[in-house]
Amino acid sequence: MSVGPALLSVDDLRVGFATEGGRVQAVDGVSLELAAGEMLAIVGESGSGKSVTAQTLIGLTRSHNAEVKGSIRFRGEELVDAPERKLQEIRGSEIAMVFQDPMTSFNPIYRVGAQIVEAIRAHRDDVSRSEARAQVVELLDSVGIRDAARRIDDYPHEFSGGMRQRAMIAMGLALAPSVLIADEPTTALDVTIQAQILRLIEQLNRERGLATILITHDLGVVAEVADRVMVMYAGRVVEEGTLDEVFYDPQHPYTWGLLGSLTRLDRPRPKRLPQIGGAPPSLRSLPGGCSFRPRCPHEFGRCLELPPLTPRQPEAAGHCDRCWLDPEDKRGKREVDGRIGLEAPAP
Amino acid sequence: MARFVLRRLVAMALVLFAISVLVFLIFNVIPNSDPAQRMAGKNANPQLVANITQDWGFDEPLPVQYVETMRKIFTGDLISYNTQLNVDQRILEGIPATFSLCIGAALIWLFFGIVFGYLSALRAGGPTDRLLTVAAVIGVSIPVFWLAAIFLYLFTFKLHLFPATGYVPLTEDPIQWANHLALPWVTLAVLFIGFYSRVLRSNMLDSMDEDYVRTARAKGLGERQVAIRHVLRNSLIPIVTLFGLDFGALIGGGALLTESIFSLGGVGEYAVEAIETGDLPPIMAVTLYGAFFVVLFNTLVDIAYAYLDPRVRLGSAAQ
Repeated sequence: MSVGPALLSVDDLRVGFATEGGRVQAVDGVSLELAAGEMLAIVGESGSGKSVTAQTLIGLTRSHNAEVKGSIRFRGEELVDAPERKLQEIRGSEIAMVFQDPMTSFNPIYRVGAQIVEAIRAHRDDVSRSEARAQVVELLDSVGIRDAARRIDDYPHEFSGGMRQRAMIAMGLALAPSVLIADEPTTALDVTIQAQILRLIEQLNRERGLATILITHDLGVVAEVADRVMVMYAGRVVEEGTLDEVFYDPQHPYTWGLLGSLTRLDRPRPKRLPQIGGAPPSLRSLPGGCSFRPRCPHEFGRCLELPPLTPRQPEAAGHCDRCWLDPEDKRGKREVDGRIGLEAPAP
Repeated sequence: MARFVLRRLVAMALVLFAISVLVFLIFNVIPNSDPAQRMAGKNANPQLVANITQDWGFDEPLPVQYVETMRKIFTGDLISYNTQLNVDQRILEGIPATFSLCIGAALIWLFFGIVFGYLSALRAGGPTDRLLTVAAVIGVSIPVFWLAAIFLYLFTFKLHLFPATGYVPLTEDPIQWANHLALPWVTLAVLFIGFYSRVLRSNMLDSMDEDYVRTARAKGLGERQVAIRHVLRNSLIPIVTLFGLDFGALIGGGALLTESIFSLGGVGEYAVEAIETGDLPPIMAVTLYGAFFVVLFNTLVDIAYAYLDPRVRLGSAAQ
């Protein structure tokens, strides 16, 4: 559901790192568009490049051994080569980020409230300490922290995991940003707390028109809240489309595998939990052609050549994938035991 | 908090007791340690030795002698076997010099240790870092007595910038006080500057990878704010421990090389004299004095920790 012109548009983003073991292309040609009020989910295993992509959007991966190419435009302004000062202005105030582990993402030696006040005053030196403090109480209250006026002076270790993530989201919202990037915001939390936090993010997205990028490895999370889905594998986007397109008509075998490994309560329990055979490739020695080839049971000769990310079905222009298989063929191949899945690759 | 301090006081008493017993026993079992023999001098006749033994109570059982020595330490009646002078008096006289030396040196080493550590962590791998690394390794490796000798040669005998030795009380002449202490301060600080800057550098490099530093960047703080408020501030906590231990040991007489070379007349220098002449009363007194400060600063470090790191709560261990 695109709601308007793109707030954030990324074109052919490439992020490489020089490491001791050689050069690593963590992100290889990612493009995306995000409009106000939209929720985009980026899905993939560890090492797929989803977090690097997200952090690069606000320049957090900048370092002397990183190389960032391509274009990131926020409200039409190029960020890839923007000066650090410009990025500092945007970080937190325009594009906020919430991280995976609320246990370690707050500085343990400062009070929670003080860390949010710090975020506000980093951008608004006209706001006094006491005004900022009053705002923080409201913010904490709005993300569902009870007794916020008292809890504001707690240290992070005095908060529970769920409360810390709520506080982290409150900090993200402190300057009313237009984009929220949530990097695995629920991974470190209990299942019941996960649902609450997702509900909160969804509510902010709907009520405030906050454009949201949700990064996760959990398709169950995506199914609940996302408008569009991008599946990443080994630094590349392998499939993207609306939530329904990706969930009900998945085109890439890797997506089949991800969907197949979801445990579903509405189906008979399989004897063995399905999984994708093999392990994600090392980014230092990617296989040529399609990166998923070594794990794919449907591999054929053409897979030695890297498939482009393009729409392959005339009726769905926004639904792209990186797979050479014929769309008609796929319908048969992705059925495993009556549901979408990926059979184990031939030994 | 009160409970914590009380527990520490009890622990301190136990530590001091154990140390005093150990020192007393060691002194009495080492060969050639009969104080009467020493006091009577070479080739003394046996009658003199016997008289001294009787007068000073060296024929009493060891526990009695121990209790007597300890009583005298705390009542201020302890007399050196060697010089026949009051021991506590001599320690009190040495304290201003020792404190002046250690506090001044500590300020210098903390300042430069933190500045150098901070700079080399921020520029890790760059030329500044490499230069400071080499300087730190040199600073840590230079023996104090050698450095002191070089300083004296250069700044005193060649350039005539500083007086050679001695201590002038601060209350008497502040300028001469600082003038006499300048070389000792730097001599003592050099080793610690090197050491502290290395420790701080590696603490900071570890902190930089912490999630909360990424959070600080993500909320739009400037690089300097991130470096000072989030990286440096957290990295200084372990430095406090280190400082408490080092400073306690130095105040307790550990700066003996520096004190002796520059003839400051401090407690450390007194310890050296006492050990050289096998003079039990000052050895006992100085050891207890030193142990007191080591334990005291350990306790202060633990209290400071609770303020610096809110996750540490002093009461919790008692419950």
